[in-house]
Amino acid sequence: MEKVYGIPEGIHDVKTSFCAGCTHLNALKIIMESLNELGVRGKTVMTLPIGCFLNAAGTYDLDTIQCLHGRGAAVATGLTRMYPEQLTLAYQGDGDAISIGMAESFYAANRGEKMTVIVINNQIYGMTGGQMSPTTLVGQRSTTGVRKSELTGFPVRFPEILATLEAPGYVARAALYTPKHIMQAKQFMKKAIRCQEEKGLYSYIELLSFCPTNWGVQPKDCLKYAEENVLPIFPVGEFKSCF
Amino acid sequence: MAKIEVNKEKCKACELCLAACPLWLLRMSKEFNSFGDHYCEQPDSTKCTGCTLCAIMCPDMVITVYK
Repeated sequence: MEKVYGIPEGIHDVKTSFCAGCTHLNALKIIMESLNELGVRGKTVMTLPIGCFLNAAGTYDLDTIQCLHGRGAAVATGLTRMYPEQLTLAYQGDGDAISIGMAESFYAANRGEKMTVIVINNQIYGMTGGQMSPTTLVGQRSTTGVRKSELTGFPVRFPEILATLEAPGYVARAALYTPKHIMQAKQFMKKAIRCQEEKGLYSYIELLSFCPTNWGVQPKDCLKYAEENVLPIFPVGEFKSCF
Repeated sequence: MAKIEVNKEKCKACELCLAACPLWLLRMSKEFNSFGDHYCEQPDSTKCTGCTLCAIMCPDMVITVYK
């Protein structure tokens, strides 16, 4: 018997402090598998603003820079202009990239910097305690109130906004809900990294994730919740592609 | 002939792998690990096809698949 699937190369076999049912580590897994299969892990730098993903700090072999809340794309701009031969990833959450760092994220895309921005969209601020984020669904409960469209507007569909711009090379949204979604997300991730490496363009990928703790849903019921509520609002697919 | 191997100490009992298996071969254990969580187990490996879907779904990288 030989091993056909296990922990990807570059991730350590240690227990992390993520909540049960959180799909952040699926995102880390597909990033590592994509980098390994393209053979570019050694020349990759990732910027990490504040977010739940810092729970995984030190459990993987990748050069990282921790930066201010929301400024992942701004720090990545400096990195990519200084070291254009390297690959630059910015790993952000939805509140981080779309609310706090909206200007940085948007104008990095509009300038077409050579980077890949990965946004984990779980419709809520995870680490800071379940506050309302720009992608919170209408009627969803959060610790700062229930979203009502007449007071706080509607969920922001950021990839669709970026797809209308001239400069980005690849803009997509994928989900991390089922094995099928994860395999599709990996294909999108590889395309986003290839877009940066081969064409030198900006690429953006948004990954829909579970947040059982702040949604107030059991992990095993999250898939039903997400299929009923999230996927109709945030459709999965490629919005712009340079291939 | 295929089987999975479960790292009991890393499992957090989210039960996402149970729904991922197309043949419903996984279940949660009655025992606890040292963190006080139940862990997933495969009582009968004769029907396992080694499709790796449970391992792809597992967020905590608990499952290793052999074939």
